[in-house]
Parts: sequence; C-alpha cells; structure tokens
Amino acid sequence: MTELQAEQGAQALDVPHAQAKTRRNRDALIALAVFVVLALLPAVFSSKLLLDFVIRCAAYGLFATSLNLLVGYTGLISFGHGMFFGLGAYGFGLMMQKTGVPVPVAFVATLAITLVVALVIGAICVRLKEIYFAFVTLAFQMLIHSTILSWVSLTGGDQGLRGGIPRPPFLGIDLSNQLHLYVASCALLVIGLFLMHQIAQSPFGYTLRMIRDNATRASFIGIDVWRAKLTIFVLAALFASTGGIIMALFVSGAYPEFAYWTISGEGIFINMLGGVTTFLGPMVGTVLLLILNDTVTRLTEYHGLVLGVVILFFAIGLRKGLMDFVVEWYAQRRGQRP
Amino acid sequence: MDLDALTGCLASSACLVTQTTSGFIIGMLLFLVAVGLTLIFGVLKVVNFSHGAFYMFGAYFAMTAYQFSGSFALAMLCGAAGTAILGLIFERVFMSRVYGADVLMQLLVCYAFVLIFDDVVRMIWGPEFKSMGMPAAFQVVPLFIAGGVVPPYYLLLIGVALAAAMILGLGLARTRIGKVIRAAAHNPGMVSALGINTGLIYGGVFALGGMLAGLAGALAAPVRSLTPGMGFSVLIESFIVTVIGGMGSILGALIGALLIGMIRSFGSLGFPLFTEGLMYLFMVIVLVSRPTGLFGKEVA
Repeated sequence: MTELQAEQGAQALDVPHAQAKTRRNRDALIALAVFVVLALLPAVFSSKLLLDFVIRCAAYGLFATSLNLLVGYTGLISFGHGMFFGLGAYGFGLMMQKTGVPVPVAFVATLAITLVVALVIGAICVRLKEIYFAFVTLAFQMLIHSTILSWVSLTGGDQGLRGGIPRPPFLGIDLSNQLHLYVASCALLVIGLFLMHQIAQSPFGYTLRMIRDNATRASFIGIDVWRAKLTIFVLAALFASTGGIIMALFVSGAYPEFAYWTISGEGIFINMLGGVTTFLGPMVGTVLLLILNDTVTRLTEYHGLVLGVVILFFAIGLRKGLMDFVVEWYAQRRGQRP
Repeated sequence: MDLDALTGCLASSACLVTQTTSGFIIGMLLFLVAVGLTLIFGVLKVVNFSHGAFYMFGAYFAMTAYQFSGSFALAMLCGAAGTAILGLIFERVFMSRVYGADVLMQLLVCYAFVLIFDDVVRMIWGPEFKSMGMPAAFQVVPLFIAGGVVPPYYLLLIGVALAAAMILGLGLARTRIGKVIRAAAHNPGMVSALGINTGLIYGGVFALGGMLAGLAGALAAPVRSLTPGMGFSVLIESFIVTVIGGMGSILGALIGALLIGMIRSFGSLGFPLFTEGLMYLFMVIVLVSRPTGLFGKEVA
C-alpha cells in the first residue's frame, strides 16, 4: 500500500525465540499497565459520561482494530465486517434473553457461533479479489441485515432486541452495574488488543503482510494463501464479535443498525482517520471519531456536512490517517538529522 | 413469506402485467444509474460511491424547475444538465486529486461527499418528504393491457431509458469520441501520448455518468417521493446491478438492472420483508459462481 507498510513487512522475520518471548512479556506488562490506568480512571474522574465514552471506545475500538487486521495487514478491504459486530450483539443478546445461561457461557457460545458463520462466509469470500471481495462481503452483510429485519419472531425486526438484556452477576461481577461493566469492557479491550498485537507480530502476521504485498510470490514459496486469508478473516470476526457483545451489554439490546453496512463504513472510516500502518492507528481513529461525532452532534444539526469536510481534509489534505502521518513525519525528521 | 400471493399473481395475467411493468420501471431507473457507475468505473477505475447523490440532485433539480416553469421537458433537462455540471466540477476539483492514491482514499472522498451532499439538500430543500407531482400531460386514463394497469408515464419512462441506453451503446461503439473513451479506458498513457487531453475525457465521462444518474432521478421525481438520503438505497442497488452484470459492461448493467427490477417487483409479493435479502442472495450466488459478474471481462 505505502512505502511505510513495505518497510514494515521487510523487517527481519527470524526473530530468535528468546527475543520474541521477552517482547511478548514486555507487551503483556504494557497491557497490564494500561488496564490498571484505565481501571483507576473512575477513581480520579467521577464522570459517568467518561465511563460511557470509554465503553463505547472499547466496543468500536475492538471492531476497528480487527478490521485493520484485514484491511491494513492483509490487504483485504472488507465492506461487511460489521456483520460480525451485529452477530456478536444479536447472538449474545438472544442467548441471554432466551436461555438464561450465565454470562461467560453466553460469551463463549456467541464467539463459537461467530466462528462457524465466519468460516462459512469467509471460505466463500476470500477466493475473490479486491473490489469483488469488498462487494461480496457487503452482500453477505446485507443478507444478514435483511434476515434480522425479516425474522421478526426471533429478532424483533426493525424494533431490535428490546426489553433489556438480563445480566445476572457471576464471580462477583455484576454487569448491570456501570462501574463493573466499565472495568469488564476495559479488560476485554486490553486483552483483545494484546492478542491482536501478538497475531500481527507473529510469523503468521508477517505472512499476512507478504500476501498483501505480493500474493503470487507468497503462494510460490509454499504459503497456502487461501487458508491464511481465511484464518485472519475468522480471527478478525471473533474480535469484531467481542466488540458487538460489549455494545449489546452497553445499550442493553441489539438493533438492526448494528448489522447495517454503515457500521462497516464507519469501521473503514475509523481506520482511514487513524491510519492503517500502525497497530494503534484504528484505536486513535476510534477515539477521534467518537469525540468528533459527540461534539459535532451537539453543535449543529448538519453533522454530516462537518464530518464530510473533516474526512476530505484527511483524504485530500493529509492523504493518509493521522497516525500514519505522525509516524512518517517523525521518521522523516529523524532521518534528516545528522 | 407469502408464497400464495406470488403463485396467485403468476396465475393472473392482470397481476403479471402490473408486476412486470413495475419491475421494468425499477429496472430502467436502476439501469440509468448503474450504467453511469459502470462507465465511470470502466474509464476512471474509480468506484464512485457518491453516485447516488447525483440521482438525488437530479430529482430535486427537476422538482424545482417544474415548480418554477411548469414545464415537464424543462424539468427533465434541468435534472440532467444540472447533474452533468455538478459531476464535472466534482471530478475536476476533488476526485482528480486522488487518482494516484489508495483505493481507500478515493472511497473516503466519495463517502465524505455522500454526507455533505445529503446535508446540502437538507439545507436547501428541507428535511421533509417532497413530491413533484405528476405533470398534467400524463394525468390521463391509464392503459389496460391484458387486464393490468399501465400508466402512460411508465411507458415514457421506459422509452426514455431505452433510448438513452441505445444512444450510449451506439455512441461508444461507433463515434470517434466513443472510440477515444474506450481507448482511454484501456490505456490512458497511450491516449495522452497521442495528444489527447485525458483530463478532459475523465471529466467528460464523469459528467456523462452524473447526467445519466440525474436523468434517472428526474424521471423518478413524479413517481417517487423525494428526501435527503434518497440516493443511498439507489446507490446500493445499482452497485448490485453493476456487480451482477460485470463492472464496466453496459449490456451487463442493462440485464442486471432488469433482473433486479423483476426480483424486487415479484419478490415484494412473495417475500414482503425479505425483498432486499433476495437481491443480496442473488448477488452472492452470481459472484460465487462467476466472480467477475455475468458479462464482466473488459471495459465498455
């Protein structure tokens, strides 16, 4: 995609095992530290709005970062990634409403359903290339959206899953308490980001970059491109589904918009806003978009107009996402120093 | 699901005629939008995500012109010409800046304009539903064909769309400009080396695509209600059409549009809630069996 990505892909692949292990430990420590800071946040700022904001960031952040595993790392531009966000929300919500199983069981079961659905859809989609991949994923997304709308007896149709999602306490965690939900969302976010970062840094992650840069070459040296693409498609779906579960818990319901194509559009937009070449770009994009949305919606009723102009600034002005811009600018500055 | 209604309709000639006509109307309007989309993709290699906005502007321009002049012909002209100018400006000022860039950047510029255009329409014409109304010339007794009701306006609409398809197809195949456009789609470097201004061709093709979408919007204005954001569902459907027909193929767009029109028209009887789902299902089936669409191969 850009020179920066090519550079990223050209890094040495044969990181010795001991070095990889220390790096993993370091990442785990950083993740733990971030989690502690986030968990302590409510003690410092007692704002309910801030907690809500972070929970939404967790839901969308997991979704957007997982989408970047496809878009940025593998070069698979998916227009239908939102279907897994919606699947997570509806799967989890229905499970809690209809069966009354404990929360952790419903969580794992929802991921299992996502896994199966993503395997089937992915097996069909990843055969296709570029714009056709984008469209067939979009079609699957809309198919799921239409199914949600038309299967009224199960999903409530365009009204969505209403009546609240029961959240019985488990292991001393009560997700109907906002503070507990906050800490749980932060934990899921940090764990999710940690796992995705490990995937991106693993040899498999470098295989993905190679497929993105030159799929033909990858298959010539014996990589099963189809299987690698399918694997990352399924993995990304699992993280997107987790984001959907957080969202369902947060709004205590699930709505057809969660599975509409606009969710995927927003995901792509978040990635472009934050940048696709750095791991944390989508996270930055998520925070930016949510802040932007919240403030603009408060200031003017024409918020599409303002948002559009901001997007234009990024697309035509910077020609890349914010993190990409910062990283490149920093690299250039360092390069110019004697 | 209501399969009885569908089988009942298929058995009655009156219902068959009515549904087929309505499928034709949906299909011909979709074709006009989709053929612009496919042309722009074929020549500029840009997926114009903002194409639905031109359909919307076409409808609003036509309504405004009709309200001021009372002339239906002028309304159609304003709808088509207005969007052609808009397309030219849009391409020259904004799209031409991201040709070399990532596909995602092009999509993002279009996405930005979807948001902007919708709000601009909301500012100028207000957020509520508007209606242009059927011109007096067409407020006549409808035709009855085999018991089915066919308003004369529908025939005009189908006729205009078919004429546009023929002019476009012949123009691209036979005229010098058509040949230059096809050459530019194939090898822009060569065309520009021959001293032809490719920027002008790109702008022209974009304007032509915008004009066709605007014409569709103007033709739809008397029979549909107008609202900001109305371009969106049309855009998604015309994407399905281009993908089913094969990106860049005009014949494909025509056949894809008619197929989708019929699916929508008859599907709404048998599967009232799942009509959209049927379209996507059809698209999935086509793409899985023929990844480049039914007629997808080369450009224009």
